[in-house]
Amino acid sequence: MTRSLGGKILTLALTVSLVAACTSTSDEPEEPTGPVELSFWSWAPNIEKVVDRWNADNPEMKVTLSKQAGGADMVTKLLTAAKAGNPPDLAQVEYQALPTLVSNDVLADIAGQANPVKDRFAEGTWQQVTLGTDAVYAIPQDAAPMMLYYRTDLFERFGLTVPKTWDEFAQTARTLRGRTTKHWLTTFSATDPGWFAGLTQQAGAAWWGIEGESWRVTVNDAATKKVADYWGGLVAEGVVDGKPMYTPEWNKALNDGTLLAWPSAVWAPGVLAGNAPDTKGRWAMAPLPQWTAGENRTGNWGGSSTGVTAASKHRTAAVKFATWLNTDPTATSLLVREAAVYPAARDAQTGPALAEPPAFLANQADFYPLTKQIAETAAGVTWGPNVNVTYQVYQDEFARAISQQTPFSAAVDAMQTATVDDMRKNGFAIAG
Amino acid sequence: MSTATTRVGRRGRRTGAPYAFLAPAVILFVLFIIVPIGYAGYLSLRKVRVSGLGLGRGARTEIFAGLENYRAAIGDPELWSGGLRVLGYGALLVPTMLGLALLFALLLDRPRARFGRFARTSIFLPYAVPAIIASLLWGFLYLPATSPVNDVAAWLGLPEPDLLGEGSVFFAVVNIALWGGVGFNMIVLYTALRAIPPELYESARLDGCSEVQIALRIKIPLLLPALVMTTVFSMIATLQVFVEPLALSPLSNSISSTWTPLMKVYRDAFDTNDPYAAAATSVLIAAITLVLSFGFLRLVQNRAFGQER
Repeated sequence: MTRSLGGKILTLALTVSLVAACTSTSDEPEEPTGPVELSFWSWAPNIEKVVDRWNADNPEMKVTLSKQAGGADMVTKLLTAAKAGNPPDLAQVEYQALPTLVSNDVLADIAGQANPVKDRFAEGTWQQVTLGTDAVYAIPQDAAPMMLYYRTDLFERFGLTVPKTWDEFAQTARTLRGRTTKHWLTTFSATDPGWFAGLTQQAGAAWWGIEGESWRVTVNDAATKKVADYWGGLVAEGVVDGKPMYTPEWNKALNDGTLLAWPSAVWAPGVLAGNAPDTKGRWAMAPLPQWTAGENRTGNWGGSSTGVTAASKHRTAAVKFATWLNTDPTATSLLVREAAVYPAARDAQTGPALAEPPAFLANQADFYPLTKQIAETAAGVTWGPNVNVTYQVYQDEFARAISQQTPFSAAVDAMQTATVDDMRKNGFAIAG
Repeated sequence: MSTATTRVGRRGRRTGAPYAFLAPAVILFVLFIIVPIGYAGYLSLRKVRVSGLGLGRGARTEIFAGLENYRAAIGDPELWSGGLRVLGYGALLVPTMLGLALLFALLLDRPRARFGRFARTSIFLPYAVPAIIASLLWGFLYLPATSPVNDVAAWLGLPEPDLLGEGSVFFAVVNIALWGGVGFNMIVLYTALRAIPPELYESARLDGCSEVQIALRIKIPLLLPALVMTTVFSMIATLQVFVEPLALSPLSNSISSTWTPLMKVYRDAFDTNDPYAAAATSVLIAAITLVLSFGFLRLVQNRAFGQER
């Protein structure tokens, strides 16, 4: 009852604020006093246990959780809910979706309250929630540094060593195909733009940037083209497969050993445990191969944050919860243990909850210490306001490039063109 | 005096009652059909205008776009190549599906057809499987690593087919629709066949007609209205093909996000956050569907329904 009334008031307030957009200077809604109720959308497994803990300790700021399907659906739902005037107070948001939501006025700038916790996060992580501006749009929740997973038993069987550079990786792929036609080192997936984005970040790609009051868009920068052509060459040569990931076929290939390695992120053990249960204990993790020998760099594939919506009437309380959830040792260790996330907060990365390696890679005692080292080397990234468009074009163009055997760098050019066209169409200021 | 009152009373009732009876249908129709269509039409004339970086409050406003979205939709080659693909899909699917449905219906309608009830149910059953589930099931059967077809081919030493490859994926999608659609059309045609008076067959037999001749010369001509109706339904369903390719697209590199026009609408509305373009394309598709199905109806009207006039 109060919700629907609140919804109506919010719709009204939103309409009024839209009409008065030019004149309004303060965007802080009035904070009512007394006990508050916060609504929170999240898809992290078992996050309800963390929320319960907060509710037990903070009865005057009760958080009500609404479980969501996943990151991509969430953006659509949040946009729709915000348009209808009744978004939740808090939402879990993937980093690359932040600019889209900010640009649609879904998320509030919480810099005032959030800046003090800045030092708790790696610089590259924090950059993702500021979008490279002075504002802060969310508190980082989990980081997803990329690394290489490989089958120890099969590497041994085929006499392969763990590649330290991408050149070695290509050579390993060739050697393997020379010794067997049934196995592939790995596959290049046209359905996973986030994966490709992470790989290009490692090479130093910067797809978006902010220059004063305008965007700089360079999806087809030299680093991205280098990565694209590297993989395009391997697929064309027939030493890396070109099938998509996350299909029944891929699951089977992981489970029966057709695929020997997977450049993935810190959350991979959970995926492997679900998709390739028969291979438990046969995987190991190493840093991602490097572009230059002796370097130590990586990118991020995924990761999410907790944002506070612009329409929330309890912004102070909401930020308090978001901060607690992602920096308080009690909360982060619960997140690690129950939701199986790799926390973004630095001190949580050495917390007791991460003393043991993931059960699926039980043999690798140094899994988390190594992960922490890798996480520190993750490149910072500024996401643009239409990542969804860029990602969509990635899927279409790379799929086409693989099936019609055309150069991958042309697909990257198509991504750039589509991204810029879409931004121009909507009126974004673009430098250059 | 009394006649005058009753007349007034009757007239009063006559004016009020029909509207009262119509009201629920009209209200629901307006609420759930007219208003959404009107809203889609309205959205198709709007667009977003962002200023500067587009970050922060009030940086994004909705403005009137005129026919810009329509121009963009009409000028998009992806939409037309998707449209062409759908026409090819329909040209293959509709005749095959209706041909099979007609064949099954005629076979089931034969006197002394054996296992009639069982055959009818098993042919109809796939129709009861939701398209999304059918597509996932077929997806497993198509994927080289999980497909029994490939197992058999490998066992026989034949080259393993890639049923979701660039050249074959089109037929893979047609096959799913065929599997799901034959049963429904078969039931419609079979029901129409049962409505034909048996005396016609009797007299035909007395005149020395064989069963095949009865089927060709009596049953099929009398089935024409039902065939026309199933064709129109199938054509509309064809133009709206969406679920099957959408479900298969993550499994294959051969299905793009604009493989069919409706997939483009879905992409614009939900993936790239441009409901305005989606609305304009929807209106365009609806108009084309309308023209095509009414065009077909006009074309066959005289032949199919001539005797009813």
